[in-house]
Amino acid sequence: MNEKGIGAAVRRVEDQRFITGAGNYVDDVNLPGQLFAAFVRSPHAHADLASVSTTAAAAAPGVRAVLTGADVAADGVGGMPVGWGITQPDGSPMIEPPWPIIATDRVRFVGELVAVVIADSRNAAMDAAELVEVDYASLPAVVATATAAADDAPQIWDEAPGNTCFVWEIGESAPVDEAVSQAAHVTRVELVNNRLIPNAMEPRSAIASFAPATGDLTLHCTAQAPHAVRLLIGAFVLQQPEHKFRVISPDVGGGFGSKIYPYAEYAVICWAARRMGATIKWTATRSEAFVSDAHGRDHVTTADLAMDADGRFLAFRVHTTANMGAYLSAFAPLIPTYLYATLFAGQYTTPQIFCQVRAVFTNTTPVDAYRGAGRPEATYLLERIIEKAAYEIGLDPVELRRRNFIAPDAFPYQTPVALLYDSGDYAKTMDKALEAADVAGYAARKASSQSAGKLRGIGYSLPIEATGAAPSAIAGQLGARAGLWESAELRFNATGSVTVFSGAHSHGQGHATTFAQIVSDKLGIPFENIEIVEGDTANGQMGMGTFGSRSLSVGGSAIVKAADKIIDKGKKIAAHLMEAAAEDIEFEDGNFTVAGSDKAVNIAEVAFAAYVPHNYPLEELEPGLSEQAFFDPMNFNFPYAAYVCEVEVDPRTGITDVVKFTCVDDVGNIINPLIVDGQVHGGVVQGIGQALLENGVYDNEGQLLSGSFMDYTMPRADNVPSFLTDVTETPCPFNPLGVKGCGEIGAIGSPPAVINAVINALSPFGVTDIEMPATPERVWSAMQSGQAEAAE
Amino acid sequence: MNVSLTLNGAPISAEIEERTLLVQMLRDDLGLTGTHVGCDTSQCGACVVHVNGESVKSCTMLAWQADGAEVTTIEGLANGGELHSMQAAFREHHALQCGFCTPGMIMSAVDLVSQNADPSEDEVRAWLEGNICRCTGYHNIVKAIRAGAAAMRG
Repeated sequence: MNEKGIGAAVRRVEDQRFITGAGNYVDDVNLPGQLFAAFVRSPHAHADLASVSTTAAAAAPGVRAVLTGADVAADGVGGMPVGWGITQPDGSPMIEPPWPIIATDRVRFVGELVAVVIADSRNAAMDAAELVEVDYASLPAVVATATAAADDAPQIWDEAPGNTCFVWEIGESAPVDEAVSQAAHVTRVELVNNRLIPNAMEPRSAIASFAPATGDLTLHCTAQAPHAVRLLIGAFVLQQPEHKFRVISPDVGGGFGSKIYPYAEYAVICWAARRMGATIKWTATRSEAFVSDAHGRDHVTTADLAMDADGRFLAFRVHTTANMGAYLSAFAPLIPTYLYATLFAGQYTTPQIFCQVRAVFTNTTPVDAYRGAGRPEATYLLERIIEKAAYEIGLDPVELRRRNFIAPDAFPYQTPVALLYDSGDYAKTMDKALEAADVAGYAARKASSQSAGKLRGIGYSLPIEATGAAPSAIAGQLGARAGLWESAELRFNATGSVTVFSGAHSHGQGHATTFAQIVSDKLGIPFENIEIVEGDTANGQMGMGTFGSRSLSVGGSAIVKAADKIIDKGKKIAAHLMEAAAEDIEFEDGNFTVAGSDKAVNIAEVAFAAYVPHNYPLEELEPGLSEQAFFDPMNFNFPYAAYVCEVEVDPRTGITDVVKFTCVDDVGNIINPLIVDGQVHGGVVQGIGQALLENGVYDNEGQLLSGSFMDYTMPRADNVPSFLTDVTETPCPFNPLGVKGCGEIGAIGSPPAVINAVINALSPFGVTDIEMPATPERVWSAMQSGQAEAAE
Repeated sequence: MNVSLTLNGAPISAEIEERTLLVQMLRDDLGLTGTHVGCDTSQCGACVVHVNGESVKSCTMLAWQADGAEVTTIEGLANGGELHSMQAAFREHHALQCGFCTPGMIMSAVDLVSQNADPSEDEVRAWLEGNICRCTGYHNIVKAIRAGAAAMRG
């Protein structure tokens, strides 16, 4: 076996620069002559802009320009684009209001851009921004998701009556209603999926540079998908042609979805740089990030699960209101629809499912994909209602799930909500988790907690998700306005090393390591001789970027296809070098051999011959050894997991500690187990954050109350335990690596496991529901009201 | 105003505005971009450096307050080509993903071990309350710090 090939726990090559302070994030980049931008943002959630006066700011020291929405409009600059359209049940399109890159006559959320100051230094720009005088005429704000569509709610958009962006449905309502009305048992939940703020540790940053002599615009920015930023800002906002627009994303300090989108700040500094023939830098403060990075989740849902007398699921009915924020972020409409309700089969055989989603506008920061994106919301709902149902009918929650599993021989399995599951053995994974978690020993642990004055609870969650976006044709039918393939170029250098260009873009996932492992394995060349290049639209492939746990299954598969092409061409070159027929050439471990002989040439020799073609079949074959491939998957892939969470609640304070968390994940074949483990740990902690700590809270006037790390509770090291992780490996048949995405499953699966455990711990108080985040105050209050009820 | 200090073992001086934070001077005036800024409320710890041997959030200190001090940043931690044991432990245990919080984590961890040569898991977790990581879930960071401490004990 190749020691650094597929399956090996190779230490990451990118770490050397990060642990020595030599990372290269956008804010670390400084270009000659750069100016600095500072934004004036609305302090009001909803207001008319009576006037924006820039005179004092423009006269401040070091200021080069102060630009407003009027300047944007005068230059004919476009608004922020939306990359996914939704069709309503009556066939009409969703409402897609305009989003100017700087507000012109009205602001609709706190943090919306009102003006930009360009100055010689960061301090000069920030000082002058304070001098821009804006006269706001404030309007009543719409904030709460549940009541945004109410008759008496203020209207945000004339074109969107009832503040409704769209209504979307999947499944047939009548048969589901009938099944629910006739079922032996129906369990109902009403729940909120709390708003989250992504908070990648690196704040967004950008440098736009325009060269008037050539017309070239270059944007350095913190992007998960540099090509998408180029296309969306270039084509839809600035009318800057793609071939004259380069987007560079060097090291990116985390994203979790929030760095996919073509943000207004990027468009503004590009436009200003082009207008001024200048280079302009901007880096968000954390306070700016809180109000301007796209938020996540924010659903209000009512659901019914219908079962027969044996606990077999008959039907599942869901009504959700999803908060879009004030404007539509680039992929917002996709998240509470196709990434949400298509997961309602879970790991189970529920035959009938209906879901209706109402997407509403509110005077809040736009909401879009955040780690998991729709799938955590679906999984939270499903795994909560199943656990509740189990306790209602007096069945072990593990047994209830077991009775409803899709059988391992049922794959590919067509769910009633559009997806075709690839592979899985759900009972096997769950059983492994039950054993690893020592569920058999739970009673003893509970007793021991009890004797220490703590309430102990156990909760389960069995998430499944669709990753590897996406089969482009299917996505197009469902509203995607882009293709979703990935690409790779595998370029041999003359001396035998390899440079791989990928259109994906690592922002913590370790592509430089895992992609090199794939190439080393497939081509038999030393791992150290492979370099992975990403993140520059001028220096590599066309690409779609990294999101939705797609990079390995889609981007990695493109690399495999390119490697296959290299081997095919290499066989022809090797045949010439060894004076044999191409069909007699075999390739293994880096060597081309002639079948049935001891003749061999190494792939490095073949590469040399291809670039120094002195002895080469030039009449039949082009010189060079560099191949490009695109991969568009035939289907999504479906990673799944079984999580078991144990919590201890202190009844005196309501503080919940996650004391034991066991994860068994099935992400198909594994390229690097170290990295898979790391992805699971990180995802699970983001989920624990959602369940216990994090909450994006607005007051009734639309002010973000949780707008700093002092107010928004990020998980710290002492909030979480160490984890028990293990895997089962059921290969995916729809990509050549047999892999499934591993980036989001932890964040998708952990919130219901934690909340189920909290509710289980509080069950002696009659508690059957608790909202996320289950803060000490909420837990304590739930116990008090439970006690009060018990006393009555 | 002028500030003079010893930075990663070498004397330096810089002409700065009075309001300049230590982290701004390091990054913007001296070009040492390994120290990061992740928040504006002294919560995240991405900017941790050592001032006279103790970990300090360099976003919470004015540059002139470091006048005459010995400052060590992540760039000065390795001994020439040889990684500090804590740096090596972070790599060995996959204690970083995006790498943005990593310099602050490592600088903070080195200070912990200088005060407590053999910290327990709970002690490591408690110490890290001023360092936020969004990627790793802390599991591997805790593991790496304990391994780094063991290596530093020798």
